[in-house]
Amino acid sequence: MFEIRWHGRGGQGAKTAALLFGNACMATGKYFQAFPEYGPERMGAPVLAFDRLSDTPITIHCGIETPDVVIVLDPTLIETQNVKQGLKKDGKILINTAESPSFMKDKLGLDTQKVFTVDASTIAKECLGKEIPNTPMLGALTKIAGLISLDDLIKDSKVKLEKKFRRTPEIVEGNIASIKRAYEEVKG
Amino acid sequence: MPIKALTGNEAMAEAMRQINPDVVAAYPITPATEVVQLFAQFVADGKVDTEFVAVESEHSALSACIGAAAAGGRVMTSTASQGLALMHEMLYIASGLRLPMVICEVNRSMSAPINIHCDHSDTMGSRESGWIQIFSEDSQEAYDSVIQAIRISEQAFLPCMVSLDGFIISHCMQGINELTDTEVQEFIGEHKTPYSLLMDGHPFTIGALDLQDYFFEHKRAQIEAMENVLPIIKSVGKEFSKRTKRGYGFFEEYMLGDADICLIALGSCAGTAKVAIQELRDKGIKAGLLKLRVMRPFPYKEIVSALFNIKAIAVLDRSTSMSTMGGPVFIELRSALYDNPVHPLMVNYIYGLGGRDIFPRDIVEVGQKLENIKRTGKIEKMIDYIGVRE
Repeated sequence: MFEIRWHGRGGQGAKTAALLFGNACMATGKYFQAFPEYGPERMGAPVLAFDRLSDTPITIHCGIETPDVVIVLDPTLIETQNVKQGLKKDGKILINTAESPSFMKDKLGLDTQKVFTVDASTIAKECLGKEIPNTPMLGALTKIAGLISLDDLIKDSKVKLEKKFRRTPEIVEGNIASIKRAYEEVKG
Repeated sequence: MPIKALTGNEAMAEAMRQINPDVVAAYPITPATEVVQLFAQFVADGKVDTEFVAVESEHSALSACIGAAAAGGRVMTSTASQGLALMHEMLYIASGLRLPMVICEVNRSMSAPINIHCDHSDTMGSRESGWIQIFSEDSQEAYDSVIQAIRISEQAFLPCMVSLDGFIISHCMQGINELTDTEVQEFIGEHKTPYSLLMDGHPFTIGALDLQDYFFEHKRAQIEAMENVLPIIKSVGKEFSKRTKRGYGFFEEYMLGDADICLIALGSCAGTAKVAIQELRDKGIKAGLLKLRVMRPFPYKEIVSALFNIKAIAVLDRSTSMSTMGGPVFIELRSALYDNPVHPLMVNYIYGLGGRDIFPRDIVEVGQKLENIKRTGKIEKMIDYIGVRE
């Protein structure tokens, strides 16, 4: 079982990213669950979303307490949220920031866990013209999680995005470009 | 059979689309809102032939469903919590008039205090209303059960509600093995009813005043109809599993064969309990699980016979009866075991009210306590609560 926790702010697309990643894993034959934590739903408020991935059917239906990977879509969340809570000793944390992994590792006071960083906000701005970091983070996650290939992710995300943005193909292309860039640029 | 990524709500809405009912009258409520919203979209997009009635309350929703079912239509709706409570009066009318229909119910706590998260107080609150009640562990079961419920309800001439756990399942996406639209239509068949208000040349009355002279007989007949439901559920489940390889009975037995202690749960917690059972087995404890699927009618004979070798039972209830005798499943099961020659030790754990999460470790602890009860024969607390601040 592989478990992921997404930290974001309302409007950043944490839930959508969790669903897209789960879908992409399903397309490769894996079992998955993707779900958000429902608290107050407001733009900008801290939100959580989760993925559970497995090669065998999943029957567990509780929250995720000890994730293998934590993803932080907004680095300012580190100031107010305990983003490393429950992260496995050999777990990985992926942060959307222009800072280096070693800087973030010191900042978070992490010991055994690996830290990865990628400037997803800048990538999103340049590829999409909007600072929505969720899709680039999918690219970076794919690189560090090693569950599916970049091609698997792009193939499935494209189908899902094309459904959602039928009339605006440039949004689909921008998202795919941002996934590829973050996959290449993630550091750690 | 295509696999689709769907949330619990999407799975139930998708089943409704494939069923293509004649009438859906509904009023949205968290966490079942999406079911109604998605179905309304299917109607707007012309993907179903359904007459969709947007009403002003759940009471009206079920009233409209009753009228439509009496007119001979295949009828469905969806609701949760306060919505089901507002339907309460009409639930009895639907079952008393012996009208088949299906509610896609999303389990949510009852106010007050106000809360939108899962427990089973809403569904359990209507367990004496004459509806068939089927619980689901996950979206796949909910999807499968909604399709089966059409057949069960129409064959039994009794309404049926299929429920899944709010947010935990309703908003969790997973892969669903879907039937094709044609397969669903073949399975449910055409809705035929011997009586309907719209039958040409056969006028009849429905809902007439029924006082001391015949009311009792009609209620007796309704009880008999409920007594006849279990064989229907069994045969519909069997036929469904022939097509899908997914078997459905009144309950699921998980590692129960050689078990000497047993946990009983329904809804999503039963899935989490399976993980706990594995852990208990690793510790050398011979624990099993009985996952209850059908709550109404209560399959008491079958449950008692499945528990034949069990020395100690812990019932996990996600609601309380407020009788101070424990949760509804506990009370009914205790009663069911009264005539049994052997009486296993029984304890009740109330858990998860208002969406309080339950983890495998909580259930492992229950299993360990139950093993201790089995060994010592002593029960310290008959009714206990998991993860509550006392």
